[in-house]
Amino acid sequence: MRKQSKAPIVHISKRSALPWYHAWAIRGAAILLALVACAVVTTALTGEDPIGVYKTMFAGAFGTQRKAWILGQNLAILLCISLAVTPAFKMRFWNIGGEGQVLIGGLATAACMILLGDKIPNWLLIVIMIFASIAAGAIWGAIPAICKAKWSTNETLFTLMMNYVATQLVAFFVIVWEVPKGAGKIGIINQTTQAGWLPQIGSYKYLLNILVVAVLTVLMYFYLTRSKQGYEIAVVGESERTARYVGINVGRVIVRTMLISGGICGLAGLLLVGGTDHTITTTIAGGRGFTAVMVAWLAKFNPLVMVFTSFLLVFLSRGASEISTIYGLNHSFGDILTGIILFFIIGSEFFISYRLSFLKHTKKEG
Amino acid sequence: MKKILSLALVLVMVLGLAACGGNTAAPAATEAAAPAAEAPAAEAPAAAANVKLGFIFLHDENSTYDLNFMNGAKEACAALGLTEDQYIFRTNIPEGQECYDAACELADAGCNIIFADSFGHEDYMIQAAMEFPDVQFCHATGTKAHTQGLSNYHNAFAAIYEGRYLAGVAAGMKLNEMIEAGEFTAEEAKMGYVGAFTYAEVVSGYTSFYLGAKSVCPSVTMEVTFTGSWYDETAEKEGANKLIAGGAKLISQHADSMGAPTACETAGVPNVSYNGSTVAACPNTFIVSSRINWAPYYEYVVNCVMNGEAIAADWTGTIATGSVVLTDINEQAAAAGTADKVAEVKADIEAGNLHVFDVSTFTVGGETISSYMADVDTDPAYTPDTEVVENGYFSESTKRSAPYFDIQIDGITLLDTAF
Repeated sequence: MRKQSKAPIVHISKRSALPWYHAWAIRGAAILLALVACAVVTTALTGEDPIGVYKTMFAGAFGTQRKAWILGQNLAILLCISLAVTPAFKMRFWNIGGEGQVLIGGLATAACMILLGDKIPNWLLIVIMIFASIAAGAIWGAIPAICKAKWSTNETLFTLMMNYVATQLVAFFVIVWEVPKGAGKIGIINQTTQAGWLPQIGSYKYLLNILVVAVLTVLMYFYLTRSKQGYEIAVVGESERTARYVGINVGRVIVRTMLISGGICGLAGLLLVGGTDHTITTTIAGGRGFTAVMVAWLAKFNPLVMVFTSFLLVFLSRGASEISTIYGLNHSFGDILTGIILFFIIGSEFFISYRLSFLKHTKKEG
Repeated sequence: MKKILSLALVLVMVLGLAACGGNTAAPAATEAAAPAAEAPAAEAPAAAANVKLGFIFLHDENSTYDLNFMNGAKEACAALGLTEDQYIFRTNIPEGQECYDAACELADAGCNIIFADSFGHEDYMIQAAMEFPDVQFCHATGTKAHTQGLSNYHNAFAAIYEGRYLAGVAAGMKLNEMIEAGEFTAEEAKMGYVGAFTYAEVVSGYTSFYLGAKSVCPSVTMEVTFTGSWYDETAEKEGANKLIAGGAKLISQHADSMGAPTACETAGVPNVSYNGSTVAACPNTFIVSSRINWAPYYEYVVNCVMNGEAIAADWTGTIATGSVVLTDINEQAAAAGTADKVAEVKADIEAGNLHVFDVSTFTVGGETISSYMADVDTDPAYTPDTEVVENGYFSESTKRSAPYFDIQIDGITLLDTAF
């Protein structure tokens, strides 16, 4: 008897690929369990009716046409940054500098709007903004890539540090351009002339951003799965030695990929500063450079799946905000629910990759 | 097992559908509320029941600044007899597009008056005000309403420099007491001030505080340091410690964390606070705090809308409106007789006998000023545009509600001006 109790009860083994419906059933079950856990926490902590809380979450995300558009806009920006970091991650280059690359792209956009606004034709200004923002992001991404390719520096630390440099640069220029003096805020740039504002399609403020990111998603999908460069990225990611053996110039691929990664982050900065906010602050990226990492990982670097994972995260955050408003709870409560749901969803990936076999004691008798 | 899982999936979908079903009612309700919102602008005064208020806050109740607004809002709603479904609080709204979105969502939800509490919200409130001409947008601390020309966009502030002056009197009394007790000489009487930015609101605040102290302790000087943030507990604490190490005998601050007050309590240095009493955390060093009470403004706006009257583009609360208040004086730390002296000075200010920025009480570069052009109409070039010295005093918060006193007067040393 004693011997039996010492034997492991659970045996963990790697699964071979599951059929898609089986994997999705596990994910569905995880979401259901997460909802149940959230319900228990909600009732225990606040005494509110959990079904009502879930309804409020949906209302917060889709309740009105405006809320749906805001959801779309937030989704577009998060997805854009996620698309940006994906090629780097696929190459096993840990670009956690998305935040800084977005900020520097936004700063370049704001600089063009402030310095060139009303001095040159608007179409020319917007063209310059597009180039400036993408170039700024690309340079911000390429600096750690070049150092990695030449001197094998640690890209995780390097890209992280570049975030702080970008934040401080933005803080510096906010003081330079602040209105009124000493306020530490720039406010909406060119509010009366709208110089450098990206055009609005019809009456839909956020449609342009959403369309740009939709096109980008498709392009990124084909780039990663169908192009020669995409394949090179995958090979370098799997094994640098193999890549070298088959004649891929690894350093070149690293720098090229980070130019793309940083450039798309710069584009996200353009969409934020030129498309919606029309200002620059140190917090304009709002941590999305880091959230994007989770979006990309959850989707296993598939750009099409990333539409759903970024939707999930944006939905949860919008829902959490609505909960705090309607029920008069602190924002942290919504964040707790978001945390629980993410925990279950990420946890479910374990059960998709591994099999748990419960060892039966009867085995030994037999 | 598969059956259970598929059942689970079905349940999730049903739940989702049920939740979606619940929402379809929301837009309909909004449409129904919209005509009601137009009514007051037209003619018939709206009854209290037709009023719905939306509040936008930069942070939540953990920030003393926002908490002060929240308390004012709750007080006003209670005084007006509004029910809980007649006001909505939106917390943690950043100073960006999120503010515009939040304001529009509140308008969609049927709010006919929307308030925002942070300076950086202003431009986004203006954007929303252009889109919803029948909704009143009221923004505290902003500077643009008087030049924007929108009939439904308004700024508000309070003559808090008067409160700061009174708090300064209490500080000067404390310094006098310490000088008499032989703790230091009159020449060593130096105060320290932790400010956020070199913004006119902060300059106006520390200058009036200094002038209040100087009115009772003529030899006092002051050093000011800036943190570059409205809320940075570490930087504010470090700033206070730096000032204390530099010989400051008393500290005050204009930033929103507990950094400076707690640094003072640890060092045993008297502190004059802001936004509200910090006596609970600092029982031995807290003297008094000045704060703006926003409830009178909220009540004023709601009454205007209910009576169909126009709301002022700029509204400046005063001691008389109950907007500028001092907390209870902490007898344990304050000098004897502080309450009486403060009450006396307060009566003088209210009677108009005493002006905080009386040009005969301060000098700039050794000279008395007789004229000053201030940047009242906000523009990127900071163009001085309005004469503000009238009848022998700097007329603060009369040309617009937000402060514009930004003169460096003698006796105050700025340790750093990076922000």
